[in-house]
Amino acid sequence: MHESLLIYKKFKYLKLTLTTVILSVVLYLYHSPIGSPNGGTWLGYTLGTTAALIMFWLAWFGARKRSYKKSKGNLEEWASAHVYLGLALVVISTLHSGFQFGLNIHTILYFLMMIVIISGIIGVYFYLKFPRLITKNRNGLTTEMMLNQITEIDEDIRELSMSLDDFTVDLMTKAIEETVIGKSFIIKLRGVDPDCPTTLARKHLRETFFSENKKTAEQLLSKLTRKEKILHQLRKDLKMRSLLQIWLYIHVPFTFAALAALVIHIFSVFYYW
Amino acid sequence: MAETYKVAIIGSGPAGSSAAARAAKLGMSHILIERQDHISDTIFKYQKGKFVMSTPDFLPLRSDLNFQAGKREEILDVWNNGLENCEVNVKFNAEVTNIKKEKNFTITYADGETCEAENVILSIGLQGNINKLPCEGAELPLVQYQLDDPEEYEAETIIIIGAGDAAIENAVALSKQNTVIIVNRRAEFARAKQGNLSLITEAIEKGNVEAYYESSPIKVEKDSITLKTADGEAKVPCDRIIARLGASAPRRFVESCGVDFPDKEELKKDPKKRPDPRVLPEVSAQYESNVPGLFIIGALGGYPLIKQAMNQGYEVVEYIGGNKIPPADEPLLVEKFSALNNQNVDDVLETIRKNLPIFAKLNTLLLREAILESNVHAFKKGDTIFKRNDYSNTFYTIYDGEVGILVDPNDPSQVVILDQGNFFGEMGLISGRRRAATVKAITNCIVFETPRRTMLKLIQSVESVKDNLDKVSMLRQIQTHLAPGVDASDLQELIETAEIENFSAGDVIFNQGDEGDHMHLIRSGSCTVSVKVGGKDVVLSYVPSGNYIGEMALLSDQPRSATVKAAHNTQTIRLTGKAFKDVLKKNSGIKNSVEKKFKERISQNEKMEGQPEAGNIIQFLIEQGVGEGTDVLLIDETLCIHCDNCEKACAETHGGLSRLNREAGPSYASIHVPTSCRHCEHPHCMADCPPDAIHRAPDGEVFIDDSCIGCGNCERNCPYGVIQLAAPPPERFNLFSWLLFNKGPPPGDLRKSADYKNKKKKDENQIKQAVKCDMCKDIEGGASCVRACPTGAAARVSPEEFMSMTSLTS
Ligand SMILES: Cc1cc2nc3c(=O)[nH]c(=O)nc-3n(C[C@H](O)[C@H](O)[C@H](O)COP(=O)(O)OP(=O)(O)OC[C@H]3O[C@@H](n4cnc5c(N)ncnc54)[C@H](O)[C@@H]3O)c2cc1C
Ligand code: HEM
Ligand code: HEM
Ligand code: SF4
Ligand code: SF4
Ligand code: SF4
Repeated sequence: MHESLLIYKKFKYLKLTLTTVILSVVLYLYHSPIGSPNGGTWLGYTLGTTAALIMFWLAWFGARKRSYKKSKGNLEEWASAHVYLGLALVVISTLHSGFQFGLNIHTILYFLMMIVIISGIIGVYFYLKFPRLITKNRNGLTTEMMLNQITEIDEDIRELSMSLDDFTVDLMTKAIEETVIGKSFIIKLRGVDPDCPTTLARKHLRETFFSENKKTAEQLLSKLTRKEKILHQLRKDLKMRSLLQIWLYIHVPFTFAALAALVIHIFSVFYYW
Repeated sequence: MAETYKVAIIGSGPAGSSAAARAAKLGMSHILIERQDHISDTIFKYQKGKFVMSTPDFLPLRSDLNFQAGKREEILDVWNNGLENCEVNVKFNAEVTNIKKEKNFTITYADGETCEAENVILSIGLQGNINKLPCEGAELPLVQYQLDDPEEYEAETIIIIGAGDAAIENAVALSKQNTVIIVNRRAEFARAKQGNLSLITEAIEKGNVEAYYESSPIKVEKDSITLKTADGEAKVPCDRIIARLGASAPRRFVESCGVDFPDKEELKKDPKKRPDPRVLPEVSAQYESNVPGLFIIGALGGYPLIKQAMNQGYEVVEYIGGNKIPPADEPLLVEKFSALNNQNVDDVLETIRKNLPIFAKLNTLLLREAILESNVHAFKKGDTIFKRNDYSNTFYTIYDGEVGILVDPNDPSQVVILDQGNFFGEMGLISGRRRAATVKAITNCIVFETPRRTMLKLIQSVESVKDNLDKVSMLRQIQTHLAPGVDASDLQELIETAEIENFSAGDVIFNQGDEGDHMHLIRSGSCTVSVKVGGKDVVLSYVPSGNYIGEMALLSDQPRSATVKAAHNTQTIRLTGKAFKDVLKKNSGIKNSVEKKFKERISQNEKMEGQPEAGNIIQFLIEQGVGEGTDVLLIDETLCIHCDNCEKACAETHGGLSRLNREAGPSYASIHVPTSCRHCEHPHCMADCPPDAIHRAPDGEVFIDDSCIGCGNCERNCPYGVIQLAAPPPERFNLFSWLLFNKGPPPGDLRKSADYKNKKKKDENQIKQAVKCDMCKDIEGGASCVRACPTGAAARVSPEEFMSMTSLTS
């Protein structure tokens, strides 16, 4: 019923890719140009053109993904082809260059493209890894349910802390009011907040000796520990969901950069002909 | 002694008001009696500013009062003025509690006063009586039985009594600005819909609403209520008490007036059975009940739209005045019958009665309505009427000519011929599943195609229709699913001893270890088969309709090897073991196929017993209503990357409002059932739609058409919370206009855009209509949500495929 994009239709696009790649390698080995192999031979042009067409098509994926009304097929099919043909580029464009790398626009293009491809590979790896972990981490709860639990605990904390000293009350209030799940970009990605007011409050409680309100302090401590556990769960959830998207922030801008470089590359080789 | 009126009209809804206006115009002595201090209480109670629709458009209005689609307030104004202009004699604040017939009718009001009339028109609608608090103080000013606008109240202590959907919705809405206590007679909120259940549980957990369980009110005072709780009596001070205890259907009152209901005998036989609220009182073509001089019109008589109600009000007064005018729908019938060589309407109706036994016993009113709502088709020889696997659920009767049923898909020469007077298509109607055979016209023929809702109404309200249908369909179902190719005469005994049985969700059909002297053929619904392993129920399989169960014990002469339960509302044909064995004895072919299935089932059960997890998944999916669905969106959590592209796709292809909520809904073993329509076999949402706006498309999609009047019945009736009432979306522009010129709302789901929210606040009085998933029936390529999923996590599946062993255990 459900089929991952890598397996899609019995590896249809893996097969297509392998065929293209093997064909290119065979042609490359068979081909013996005058001088060293490079992009300027007939095979070089053929491979270069193929690579460029594939790359434009891959970039078109962004538009296809958002054309909900006009498109007919499955996005999964496109994604499956995208991943495999994207990988094929590694071989095709390398063969096209004839391994002639240097400090020039052509090689910059090559590197930009490789960044896009590598980020894509990382993306696929994330896609395979995180969905299961997210489900496992949520343990049957939705984010909303977890947030609700926290609100509830916060109310208890407020009530319990009332009888304690001002300093503690202050810390508790901070724990209630200033605890944020994804405070900054870095914290989002780390999945932990070292300065989390809830953690600070808990540490304070554990390290302070309460001679009078011992029982209340203990109860508070257990509430805070529970809250921390849920916070941890939420942050982990957020971390994984962010990672599922974050790689696209490399993948997409570098796609545009690579496309620009490609245009320049094509333009320059004809210009300097 | 007061004067004796020619006619007393009880209830001033559209039906009653229109009747009174006619009586006044004719100079007939009359009285219009209304229990409220205003007319048309049902419409009075619509949401403020609601846009009232005048469906069906093709029906002409016939009334002295005007009625055009428009705002609630405007319509009520027009009627109030109209009644005044006609000088109608209205008595407000008079609830009728008793009607007695001797020579004339004596009508008694709640305060004991009476009046007399020669004729009575009952037009009290279906609201019924709101159940009052069963204790002292129920009428005190702090007690109310309705809540119009929860935002009206602030910083009050409010007690809500009741545990149904209305009580929960009120409690949750009020808790935003008030202290709310909900009082539940039971230990849990069992009667409520799933969505409301989680709302109230959450509100109680969060402390927004306080709950008293197993408690009931015993006394109300000026500013407090005394409750009987599990720990004794408690007096709770409060500012307001809102009791939502439901309403009792008007049926008992109507019966007390001497009016018969068609299921009276049945109820007498089986006192356990609760009366089906959909059963209607029997009336004549002039709306007269079995009590002479007592007429029933409007929603109470089974006509749930305003225009119909008004027309009937007019007509019934004309009849009482002795004027037999043709009904307002006469020209429509004339047009309908134009295919029949322009015969006179009465003649055609007479021929229908004579030639079509299933309709023979309908009174003229019902017959006219049934035919009016049917399509008259003239098919040419060789035309296909419907195809096997079409997903239609209409019912056909042959007025003239012959049709052939192609019973075997592999052998087109196997044709069963039906001629004039027979019906077909009943199997799809009963099972809610795809057509089991193709039907073609053998000669030129004329057939009536009657919609599902009309047929269900007839089945419920006319016993002869039900009996006739049951008898014929039973034979056909047995021939189709159990004994193909066996002649009706050989099945005589089996049919005569067979019985139709009904089960609700979770009912046991038979238990493991029971004596097995009968079997069941599932007619509609589906079942689960389970065994006890180490004290726990392990589900072995899901059996949809069109299959038989219980044959194993019969064949092996051993006790039942498993328990079978109804997965949801299910109807079976119960067959006696002896008669069935006789059929097997005479027909070796069937014996072989039954035995083959028997062996298959044994080996499948063995496999499933070793796979309890697969059984748990079936159980989980059944609990989520997947078992009664035909096409359900399931998300594989091991693949879903939470990108919400499915929701975006749905919103983009459906005017900006996603009809699916991905994150909501439960999960089990990494299968997630999001909130989205299941396209039920027997859609609950269709049950109560006044304009009959919900349909099933040929491919099975359940959808709502433009005639929706926005009453919200379907939203309440769908147990899975997938219908919303929404105003039409704002105009959208393409991506670039939005990016560059900020034209229109942003792409994606509108509900997430601030613009839309503001607009919604401003235009509360807009026309709202129900929206739901239509399975993208008008979109090339099908379900957009599934097609937009980049990882293959979203799939739409039919339960039959999904809950089969191969897909669960592989
Ligand atoms: C939310 C909602 C929206 C709707 N929208 C539309 C729409 O847009 N278009 C449309 O055509 N239909 C609509 N309908 C359906 C329509 O309201 C009803 O079909 C119509 O009101 C029925 O008219 P009636 O005269 O039969 O009964 P009602 O309108 O129900 O009138 C019955 C009257 O009788 C009074 N009464 C009851 N019992 C007694 C008694 N014992 N003594 C004295 N008086 C009594 C009641 O107070 C009431 O005033 C909608 C229904 C609902 C619930
Ligand atoms: C994704 C697409 C492409 C990539 C990544 C790519 C990359 C490269 C690289 C790395 C080189 C070696 C540069 C060098 O010799 O120093 C090269 C050379 C060349 N490429 Fe491409 N190329 C692509 C597409 C194309 C296309 C579409 C054309 C022609 C239409 C083309 C024409 C050439 C030519 C003519 C050379 C030889 C230039 C020279 O030797 O100076 N390439 N390319
Ligand atoms: C030069 C090569 C490539 C280009 C130009 C390219 C371009 C793009 C673009 C434009 C998108 C759309 C992103 C969005 O709008 O959300 C995309 C998505 C994606 N790409 Fe690539 N890509 C390339 C290679 C690869 C490779 C090699 C892989 C994997 C091995 C890959 C995996 C993906 C994935 C998984 C997505 C996201 C699918 C989704 O979630 O909708 N890409 N790519
Ligand atoms: S709207 Fe609800 S009741 Fe109607 S078909 Fe869909 S899931 Fe079933
Ligand atoms: S709101 Fe639902 S039940 Fe009411 S008319 Fe519309 S579709 Fe029918
Ligand atoms: S099938 Fe179409 S209408 Fe239904 S939820 Fe999916 S996208 Fe929306």
